[in-house]
Amino acid sequence: MNHTHERVPVAAALVAALGAALFILPLVGLLWKAPWGDLAGALREPEALMAMRLSLICSLAATAISIVLGLPLAWIQARAEFPGRSLLRALTLLPVVLPPVVGGVALLSVFGRRGLLGQFLDPLGIRLPFTTGGAILAETFVAMPFFVLSMEGVLSTLDRRLEDAARTLGADRWTVFRRITVPLVRPSVAAGAALAWARALGEFGATITFAGNFPGRTQTIPLAVYVQLENRPEAGLALSLVLLAVSLTILVIMRGRWLEAP
Amino acid sequence: MRHRRPGLACVIPRWYERHVTGADVKILRRATLGVAILAGSAAWGATLTVFAAASLTEAFRTIGKDFEAAHPDTKVEFNFAGSSTLTRQIIEGAPADVFASADDENMKKVVDAGDVTGAPKPFVHNRLVVIVPRGNPKQVKSLADLSRKGMTVSLAAPGVPVGKYAAEAFAKAGAPVPEASREADVKGVVTRVSMGEADGGVVYVTDVAPVKDKVETVSIPDAQNVVASYPIAVLKGAPNAAAAKEFVAYVLSQPGQRVLADAGFLPP
Repeated sequence: MNHTHERVPVAAALVAALGAALFILPLVGLLWKAPWGDLAGALREPEALMAMRLSLICSLAATAISIVLGLPLAWIQARAEFPGRSLLRALTLLPVVLPPVVGGVALLSVFGRRGLLGQFLDPLGIRLPFTTGGAILAETFVAMPFFVLSMEGVLSTLDRRLEDAARTLGADRWTVFRRITVPLVRPSVAAGAALAWARALGEFGATITFAGNFPGRTQTIPLAVYVQLENRPEAGLALSLVLLAVSLTILVIMRGRWLEAP
Repeated sequence: MRHRRPGLACVIPRWYERHVTGADVKILRRATLGVAILAGSAAWGATLTVFAAASLTEAFRTIGKDFEAAHPDTKVEFNFAGSSTLTRQIIEGAPADVFASADDENMKKVVDAGDVTGAPKPFVHNRLVVIVPRGNPKQVKSLADLSRKGMTVSLAAPGVPVGKYAAEAFAKAGAPVPEASREADVKGVVTRVSMGEADGGVVYVTDVAPVKDKVETVSIPDAQNVVASYPIAVLKGAPNAAAAKEFVAYVLSQPGQRVLADAGFLPP
């Protein structure tokens, strides 16, 4: 079946143009409003520098945790047969559709000072709210499902004969996972990690709710944009541009995977 | 053959796509229409939109009900937020009739942007107080105690009136402004402290009553305290200018002032 170069009705084209404008116009507006003259100056402000540094640390840490914890989770969800598997899959998916602010409230009710676990952790001196660890946890909470989802899809469509062959040659399960499965999915790991990283970088609701808005500690770029827009709009706009540039870069790098039909 | 999924569609889970069937699309369309009709009818009613500082939440809700009782054809809608947030929204063209700010600085920005008719009128004063979680786990006895090492403090953002007032109070107390989680408005500070996540915060005395069973207060002596002056004004381009003028007059009238005094506000 070949349906490329289909003739598009004019009405559909017009509505589609309206839809595209909905995405494109705000970006044009952002570029138009941006403080081009003093972009470097606005980004060299201490608060902007702190936010960028913190965003980099938190999003990379969240991505690393997502890979380490998410890969086995995706593998089990794709391969293992056990009762409650579909429930587990649904729960893994939940943070994708859950409003992040609710995720923040949920994290607070577990790790908050009077939370389910927090009440025992606090006397030990382990605190997550208002700490960089808390910001990382919040970002992991929203980002990891994206990684797990994309890996699960890849793992379930993998050619299992390669693994079977390795096993018949005497490799144990862990060796097969390490030497066959992981190398096979490595390119997809990169793509899934990029998706999770982008999501972590943009995280706002769960972070501000759970980790607070602590300059230098939990105030990542999105939080700084939100706060600066009232104080120094040019700093907020400059930081918005940084996030836009990073997003575009990710898109360009991943275009082979995301923009072309599989 | 495998369904071809162009563009970014490949990041949408397949199960989700499968579930969006023709019937669902119909329901979606109907829901969208319903929302549009609701939004439309709300816009046509006689609504008075009041943008008010977050610290006015409880008192203005009461005043709003009283005002509605006196003006049955008018519905009062509030947008409570940090005065700096409201200022930005008004300057960017948010359709509002009345602006009540918790400081003169933000009101001045709105005046300077040419968005106010007439002169803003001061309608109440307010004072600051330190709040701590019930039981005062960190033994806070003064404002300066919040500047101690190892304290987890919650303050409003620097542009928010109560954040700026707090900085003034710390300066008067000779203590550095502590590193703190910076909230978008005073109610954010109240929430952090009443949940016990922060060891203390600086709010208005009027913010304590609604959470008095969750927090304790540590008073700030007059010498270190500040007087927060709240101005109110009718906005230029107010969609409901007539009701806006009446609302401002009501806030300044005796019944309005009584509600504010009951909430702990001081006369201007």
